[in-house]
Amino acid sequence: MTLPTATESKDVILEVCNLSKYYPVNQSFFSGKKALLHAVDNVSFQVNRGEVLGLVGESGCGKTTTGRLIVRLATPTSGRILIENTDVADIKGQGMMEFRQKVQMIFQDPYESLDPRMTIFDIVAEPLNVNGIGTFEEREAQVEEMLNLVGLAPPSAFLFRFPHELSGGQRQRVAIARALVVRPSFVVADEPTSMLDVSIRTGIMKLMAQLREDLGISYLYITHDLAVARYLCDRIAVMYLGQIVELGDSEDIVKKPVHPYTKALISAVPVPDPAIERPIPNIKGGVSKPIDPKPRCRFYDRCPESESSCAEAKNPELRDIGGGHLVACHLL
Amino acid sequence: MDTLLRLEDLTMHYKTKAGWVQAIDGVSFSLDKGQSLGLVGESGCGKTSIAMSIMRLLPYNAQLVKGRILFGGRNLYALSDEEVRQLRWKEVAMIFQAAMNSLNPVYSVGNQIIEAIVTHEPETGEDEARERVESLFELVGIPKERMDHYPHEYSGGMKQRAVIAMALACNPSLIIADEPTTALDVIVQDKILREIEDIRRKINMSMIYISHDVSVIAEVSDVVGVMYAGKLLELGPADDVFKRPKNPYTYSLMHAYPSILGEKHDLVTIPGEPPNLLDPPTGCRFHPRCDWATKECGETAPLWREITEGHYLACHNPIRTKQGKSCKQQKTAKGGDVIDTSDGN
Ligand SMILES: Nc1ncnc2c1ncn2[C@@H]1O[C@H](COP(=O)(O)OP(=O)(O)OP(=O)(O)O)[C@@H](O)[C@H]1O
Ligand SMILES: Nc1ncnc2c1ncn2[C@@H]1O[C@H](COP(=O)(O)OP(=O)(O)OP(=O)(O)O)[C@@H](O)[C@H]1O
Ligand code: SF4
Ligand SMILES: [Mg+2]
Ligand SMILES: [Mg+2]
Repeated sequence: MTLPTATESKDVILEVCNLSKYYPVNQSFFSGKKALLHAVDNVSFQVNRGEVLGLVGESGCGKTTTGRLIVRLATPTSGRILIENTDVADIKGQGMMEFRQKVQMIFQDPYESLDPRMTIFDIVAEPLNVNGIGTFEEREAQVEEMLNLVGLAPPSAFLFRFPHELSGGQRQRVAIARALVVRPSFVVADEPTSMLDVSIRTGIMKLMAQLREDLGISYLYITHDLAVARYLCDRIAVMYLGQIVELGDSEDIVKKPVHPYTKALISAVPVPDPAIERPIPNIKGGVSKPIDPKPRCRFYDRCPESESSCAEAKNPELRDIGGGHLVACHLL
Repeated sequence: MDTLLRLEDLTMHYKTKAGWVQAIDGVSFSLDKGQSLGLVGESGCGKTSIAMSIMRLLPYNAQLVKGRILFGGRNLYALSDEEVRQLRWKEVAMIFQAAMNSLNPVYSVGNQIIEAIVTHEPETGEDEARERVESLFELVGIPKERMDHYPHEYSGGMKQRAVIAMALACNPSLIIADEPTTALDVIVQDKILREIEDIRRKINMSMIYISHDVSVIAEVSDVVGVMYAGKLLELGPADDVFKRPKNPYTYSLMHAYPSILGEKHDLVTIPGEPPNLLDPPTGCRFHPRCDWATKECGETAPLWREITEGHYLACHNPIRTKQGKSCKQQKTAKGGDVIDTSDGN
């Protein structure tokens, strides 16, 4: 399959400016001292209409938090989020209803996010009901069509089951169906296909690409699967400890990564051949600590290429190294 | 070698409003001590159901229709609840696919694991247990300062790593890991899988890895089993199954992969409808979507048999390739893959 690409337009649908989210946490159980966990730390990016922006990065680096801030499930510590030029912080009342239809989130965990007391039909139909879309018959038809599209066929075998009567990947597909059934204009998709086998996943990728072609839906696509990001996303942003360290065209990120973290990440992608021994990824050991980080480059402690000057210097900013390929590293 | 686990003709169905879901049908395999088995197959084909059967954690609407499961020679379904409770965690531990909600929201993550250790090993003191948890946290890459935080303060991947730490806590003889790395980035995944493999070799532990990610399975499994619609279609040494798949479904699974290597190529889906387990196809359950299907395939189910040592297969028309050569890929009119089996291959 060849996924259609975004039409050349600079119509910005989402603009994120200097976004930060800090959580107060207990530093130590015994002292009870509070410290700040920098989940998202001064992040800026844009998504164009009809574009798929991939968000990849270390587990715990702030991807889900970024998504939750965008759909207003969390409030930023600082920074702004504009969707279609409206600051989401200003949305109230009737506007909120509209926002809830226009902007959807597919949650990372399909075991937590589906209401256990609702049938699959009710779960997928709920956003249609809430927004008063269509007659009952029309909704029924739309739900069935959506279930077919995500490969839950025949729909009659699933409509009246409860989430606990489905497999992990089937729940994920219910979550996708629910988000897409209202034809939103922007979707934050948080690891939406992480439990799906390649054939079904390809089907879902085609569906998402088709909807973007037909309806101009844009996506922020959070994933750990770089091969999926390569195929589905126009651009990829790479995060490390709350910050974007590299952002560029998907093919550039995958084929010509520049930041030392991105390079390590690409080298760690497993290959489907038991005969190949992949080398250990080139990154220093240790764990990343987002609590009260030092004001220098966040990757310094684990960077295999760091120079002594990096220890002294301030946190590097994203710089364009040509053709809109942004990198945050002092060595460039 | 010593057999640790043995499934014999296991058949299990779920009751739903719309009828019986035939989730496991006549599955047989055995696992040796120290061996790792990778189980792959389409979403909804019954992988988690097999795991839950082995853990004896099936839901109320599940019914064991026939077959049995032997663990260390003992019939699991003949044991008392108390005996099973003692086996669980100490002997067989599981990393649940629902990792993220198998943690208790009201206790700190560290305390939950300490609690698990102290409960299953009464001889271990609290301090010793805490030290063990600290080293497990290091192993899965969570700073130990975060032991006292609650599950809602963890990211998706951190919860998954905490559950991996919990499964390793009591040095079990078998760990069933159900999609253990779906929420992990590839660097953390790489580190954790290497650590688990190290431990497995050191203490001769057995593993069952369940994953939709064929690449992960390729890296960690000695033996690979391929499931489709509640049936095992093929099981054998990883090298064999990857390089010389015998079942057409195995073949399509191994070759449809998007990759970050090479040029972008067209991604293919397996054509046709996913199987309906309320009313599965007759004969071979894969036949409506199989490019190799003959009349026989729609009529009789192929037998599960050993074709070469340790390599089992259910298929009426196994793919033949010359020894040592791997298959070539072509497109059929149906849009699926077929394999060039001409002898010059
Ligand atoms: N409610 C909260 N309270 C305190 N800390 C939190 C909270 N939510 C998230 N965090 C922390 O913020 C950081 C970022 O978490 P986030 O869930 O955004 O990561 P992620 O990139 O989605 O990771 P993963 O890939 O593992 O899901 C983590 O260190 C996490 O522990
Ligand atoms: N409690 C249940 N009641 C009824 N049907 C169920 C129940 N649990 C699972 N099923 C059905 O049984 C089949 C096998 O489910 P299982 O969870 O074993 O699949 P799986 O191979 O683990 O899939 P995935 O990769 O998506 O997690 C599925 O079709 C599913 O819908
Ligand atoms: S038995 Fe027939 S239908 Fe089934 S996999 Fe083999 S050739 Fe295909
Ligand atoms: Mg997340
Ligand atoms: Mg499962």
